[in-house]
Amino acid sequence: MSDYLVQFNNISKFFGKVIALKDVTMKLRKGEIMCLLGDNGAGKSTLIKTLAGVHKPDEGEIIIEGKKTIFDSPKDALDMGIATVYQDLALVSLMSVTRNFFMGREPLKGPPFFKTFDIEKANEIAAERMGQIGIDVRDPSQAVGTMSGGERQCLAISRAIYFGAKVLVLDEPTSALGVHQASVVLKYIVKAASQGLAVILITHNVHHAYPVGNSFTVLNRGKSLGTYEKKDISREKLLSMMAGGEELDKLEVELKEMNRTSV
Amino acid sequence: MSTKSKSIASKTDFNQDERLQKVSKLKILLNRPELGALGGAILVFIFFGIVAGDTGMFSAYGILNFLDVSANLGIIAIAAAMLMIGGEFDLSIGSMIGFAGICIAIPAIYWGWPLWMSIIFAFSMAVLVGYFNGILVVRTGLPSFIVTLAMLFILRGATLALTRLITGRTQVPGLRVLIENDPIAWIFATDTFKWVFTWLGSMNLIALRTDGTPLATGIPPSVIWFIVLAIISTWILMKTRYGNWIFASGGDKNGANNVGVPVGRVKISLFIGTAVAATIFATIQVLDAGSADTMRGTLKELEAIAAAVVGGCLLTGGYGSAIGAAFGAIIFGTVSMGIFYTDVDTDWFKVFLGAMMLVAVIFNNYIRRKVTESK
Repeated sequence: MSDYLVQFNNISKFFGKVIALKDVTMKLRKGEIMCLLGDNGAGKSTLIKTLAGVHKPDEGEIIIEGKKTIFDSPKDALDMGIATVYQDLALVSLMSVTRNFFMGREPLKGPPFFKTFDIEKANEIAAERMGQIGIDVRDPSQAVGTMSGGERQCLAISRAIYFGAKVLVLDEPTSALGVHQASVVLKYIVKAASQGLAVILITHNVHHAYPVGNSFTVLNRGKSLGTYEKKDISREKLLSMMAGGEELDKLEVELKEMNRTSV
Repeated sequence: MSTKSKSIASKTDFNQDERLQKVSKLKILLNRPELGALGGAILVFIFFGIVAGDTGMFSAYGILNFLDVSANLGIIAIAAAMLMIGGEFDLSIGSMIGFAGICIAIPAIYWGWPLWMSIIFAFSMAVLVGYFNGILVVRTGLPSFIVTLAMLFILRGATLALTRLITGRTQVPGLRVLIENDPIAWIFATDTFKWVFTWLGSMNLIALRTDGTPLATGIPPSVIWFIVLAIISTWILMKTRYGNWIFASGGDKNGANNVGVPVGRVKISLFIGTAVAATIFATIQVLDAGSADTMRGTLKELEAIAAAVVGGCLLTGGYGSAIGAAFGAIIFGTVSMGIFYTDVDTDWFKVFLGAMMLVAVIFNNYIRRKVTESK
């Protein structure tokens, strides 16, 4: 038995001839935030879908709490406590906070065959849960469309936690947000981790990842460039790894050239 | 203690109070989808109260008359509204009415089936047609507008062709004699609360025929069906898990799927719902008229959708109400009958119908923007 909550060992995924992922390894303990960094096309989406049970890995193994596991469907992953919050958040903006919070998993009351959606209880739980993360839903029957981007992100995360997530996989939770909203969401992510969840934070924004992450995995063209503890790597180093350091160096040289010729 | 202070601290992060307005009770009420239709219905009644108040439109007979028309439309409008909230259309409702009509009449008249068996047969066919519509839309991912438009032609054509093939004509009369003593037909063919009308007649409160029986004999079955369906549908939408799934499926089908809502099953069941509602409509009319006509129900699908839209349903799905569609149907039914009591030429009814729908769509669009608008 290891003390890791989840381990993804040497995961590979191929689509025909295309190698989407090759030998990606990630390990997470309870309460840890691992940031998965990568530029566009690095294989982030494929990796997320593999973690969420949408794709089956062609090679490698997934070990949850010491047990080797195979996900046949997204539901399997969810049942094992791996909850993925996609960029679209799976929120319906025309529906109320409560109806979104319990979408697909509505609490019921009443006799068999006449079971009704227990709206009062649902309202209460939704308001309480949102309150815990500092979002005062004045009225849980208000439409989600009236909430800010940060609030929606927090609602989606809070919903995943309420329904028993042990590992949270967050897909670009801050990409669409302003500086202030992003910081609120990041704060909430740290808080969730401190309550014992393991968080995989997928982002291309090093400035958002660095302050909150415990470890960093950099993906480039489907391969992992390694996992680093925070103490072992600087923000600048991460940034240059992500973008492929040489490319930035080259760009710098080219820009200098341009300056010289234009003078 | 520490959690409390934390939550207060972070609360200020979100609630930048200077930018938030208090939402008044009135505004919450204004956000209900059925409000427009309710207001419209009230306006219509006020209008006819003034224009046609002394013409007999609001006598017991007159009221039952326009309620009957409203209720018939309402039965299919409610089902159309449920389907629209679920994010789909059904343009085959009208054709299904004609088809269901002959499914009752031909077995009963030409094959010698008991009436109740023919009625059950018609409802079974409705479930099949609805299932077929639903599975096609869900499996192919094609717009339901196209799929059910195809079904509109197929069903209408099949109705005509089969009827002419079997009977040599396009109408099948002779059903009325079969209604009596049938174990099922009464559900679709009985006027209720007759004693109330008899009593009202005996008190000389409502108009009587020359033989002393009241002109309005009872509440027509369509009205009872309409009320029951409106209540059940509203209960389903507001109070059940399945209702939440309908909103979710129409609002964002991918999102709903991702959190475990069986979107495909929900949509298929709603398509079955519209076909079954069309069959209820058809059964009531066929038993009332005593005959089935292959052209029955023509254009009814559009009226049903119009009533649903006036009732607050968005064409894009995920928003609307069953009770709103019921009010929409009452508006159309009342105007279509009420116009006979005024000096206005009845040709103008369709103009009104179109104008009403335009106003409703513009209003709904505005509401949607209000609801989904970010802070």
